[in-house]
Amino acid sequence: MKLSHLKVGQTGTIVAFTDLEMSVKLMEMGCLPGEVVEVERFAPLGDPMAIRVAGYQLCLRKSEAEVIIIQ
Amino acid sequence: MDIKVALVGNPNTGKSTLFNRLTGLNQKIGNFPGITVDKKTGVAKLSGDKEAEIIDLPGTYSLYPKSNDESIVFQVLADKGNSSHPDVIVLVTDASNLKRNMLLYSQVADLGIPMILALNMVDLSTKQGIEINTDKLAGKLGVQVVNISARNNIGLDKLKEAIANTTKIATQINEVDLHFLAPEAINAIKERINTDNNYYALQVLHQHEHLTFFDEKDQLEIEEIEQSHHFESSKAQAAETIARYKHLGTILSDVVIDKGTAKKFSFSDKLDAVLTHKVWGFAIFLLILFIIFNAIFAWSSYPMAWIETGFGWITSSGHEYLPAGMLTDLLLDGVVAGLGGIFVFIPQIAILFAFISILEDTGYMARVTFMMDKIMSKVGLNGKSVVPMIGGLACAVPSIMAARNIENWKDRMITIMVTPLISCSARLPVYILLISIIIPSRNIMGIVNIQGLALMVMYLVSFVAAVLVAWVMKVVIKSKEKSYFIMELPVYRMPRWKNVFYTMYEKSKTFVFEAGKVIIAISIILWVMASFGPGNRFENIDKKYESALTDTTKNTDHIKTLVATEKLENSYVGILGHFIEPAIRPLGYDWKIGIGLITSFAAREAFVGTMATIYSVDGGGEDSTTIRERMAASVNSKTGLPVYSFAAGISLMLFYAFAMQCMSTVAIVYRETKGWKWPVIQLAYMTTMAYLAALVAYQLLK
Repeated sequence: MKLSHLKVGQTGTIVAFTDLEMSVKLMEMGCLPGEVVEVERFAPLGDPMAIRVAGYQLCLRKSEAEVIIIQ
Repeated sequence: MDIKVALVGNPNTGKSTLFNRLTGLNQKIGNFPGITVDKKTGVAKLSGDKEAEIIDLPGTYSLYPKSNDESIVFQVLADKGNSSHPDVIVLVTDASNLKRNMLLYSQVADLGIPMILALNMVDLSTKQGIEINTDKLAGKLGVQVVNISARNNIGLDKLKEAIANTTKIATQINEVDLHFLAPEAINAIKERINTDNNYYALQVLHQHEHLTFFDEKDQLEIEEIEQSHHFESSKAQAAETIARYKHLGTILSDVVIDKGTAKKFSFSDKLDAVLTHKVWGFAIFLLILFIIFNAIFAWSSYPMAWIETGFGWITSSGHEYLPAGMLTDLLLDGVVAGLGGIFVFIPQIAILFAFISILEDTGYMARVTFMMDKIMSKVGLNGKSVVPMIGGLACAVPSIMAARNIENWKDRMITIMVTPLISCSARLPVYILLISIIIPSRNIMGIVNIQGLALMVMYLVSFVAAVLVAWVMKVVIKSKEKSYFIMELPVYRMPRWKNVFYTMYEKSKTFVFEAGKVIIAISIILWVMASFGPGNRFENIDKKYESALTDTTKNTDHIKTLVATEKLENSYVGILGHFIEPAIRPLGYDWKIGIGLITSFAAREAFVGTMATIYSVDGGGEDSTTIRERMAASVNSKTGLPVYSFAAGISLMLFYAFAMQCMSTVAIVYRETKGWKWPVIQLAYMTTMAYLAALVAYQLLK
């Protein structure tokens, strides 16, 4: 399942990425395989989204969340 | 200077606050050679009489750059010959989010430069229930670890002491040995560039293209090594990040004890529920924009009036007391007038940046970006472009400086390119004058004044133009930089008033010194062109009116005005006005308007003053009723038709809406993009657009 498919309040554990280049940036920001992420909210127009990861709030576009595979 | 110190850290860690605390107002802004990033340096007094030069490097999450700003960090740290290369690195971290902040520490530590770890905002993290055992951490890392709170001025003496105590030789324990990632390639690089640092060699493999101290031969050979060993940069970066986080996990496991994760975000979450709400979020944002707009439009009018009066006083008393002559005129009407034109922008710049600094400091700006990203990214802009664009309604100059907050290069360029299209306050006097001539003051449907409606249409036109141009540029401008929107949403905090003050001061200073040079130069050129004519034309005019001026029975003020009018017509500007007449006739303008277009290149509002001189309004004042009457009555000598017909008026307003008639904007774009390429492109596209729009409007309406 992709992170972009989660609803507000749902959590998941990162297992893999589908885009290598994007994964580098995401991992630097603390989105590592094994980390638990929670969807906090979506922007008023539905995109981007805010997630809680590694003890802080991160926002990213849905297209970027799409490369994160979660369980 | 005794020691050079670089501040390195993630964005939002309070690095700039620390920089301001350490250096006070004792700071200057320079350039990193060959790149459009400001270099902030300052001097800090250490204990005794030791002094340290502090360099504030751009905030970054890792040594692998995602933008031009970030690429500076590794360039400075890698190049021992760089004038900014530090003796000591102070790595600034946010203590409440240590693990992610430590990734950068771990990378920088492995470069082998002496360093200190500063845990910032410890007071905040303690309140959140995070306990950090600094002694244990220092022992594990092998460097001095200092608890500070730059915002509340805690621990700065200890940090200064630590800087003074740092040894010349790095003491940190090697974090992670990444030799295994590409053993052969790393060995080859080590041999080629003569280093024994594995990580430095690996970084060279990754980003030698950004390193200017390698010559062409070096670059080719490094590239050759990279190719022959099939080095895959992204794969290696991913493996490195995982290895480093794993290592950090073991280091931090018994150093950081977090007892309060659950409750620490509750306040921010509650605020976010309102501030990014579907309805309230936009309503509050609009309200804030309105307050900002009102402030730069209305509040700044008082200090601006004082500055104008002040410079007016200097000019008039200068003319009274200094010996009359060309040098005095050049000094007063060229240089002083140019300086006045620069200083008058300071109130708007200071006020806009006070607001921006508050919005950034509190964390609200990140939410603005979050809310607006979807709309703005459709036309090639960024959520953060909203503030410069709204600021553009008052003045493009501070707004273009504000585009600095946009990290993505392409988004920032597009914002800079379209901001001057937004109708600024300097266009208002031109619009008001022209509308009052060509549009009758009448109400439709009882309440709607059509002059007001026309003014509103001009503002709408400017917004539509900005959006369309942005969309075109999105397609045209090529960028290697990928557009990411992966960013931290920092927790809400109170603004730091000292930072607000520093930002206001620093931005005003930058504008005066950097853009000021160009503005002064253009002012002097325009003054010379308006004050001199070829041959002895000016002397002939003086002779013609000599007797009339001494005749006490005549109104000498009126004659002086006639002299000024005739001189302007015969000056180089006047001749240029005649010269460009064939080019502007299809737009419906005569040579008099041509003169106005040229003089108002300095600033749009100069159009009104020039018209006053051309139509011989006594005193050269800007009494718009008189100008309006004379302009409305003026008739084209060739066609016998009124000069300011409806068609010509609309054409002229469209010209002013699109043309870059503002040298301060040209100067600030030059300063912000560090070159003439973008200001020239901007000047060209805006002038072309203005000409075409005016041409089409006049030809259709006449």
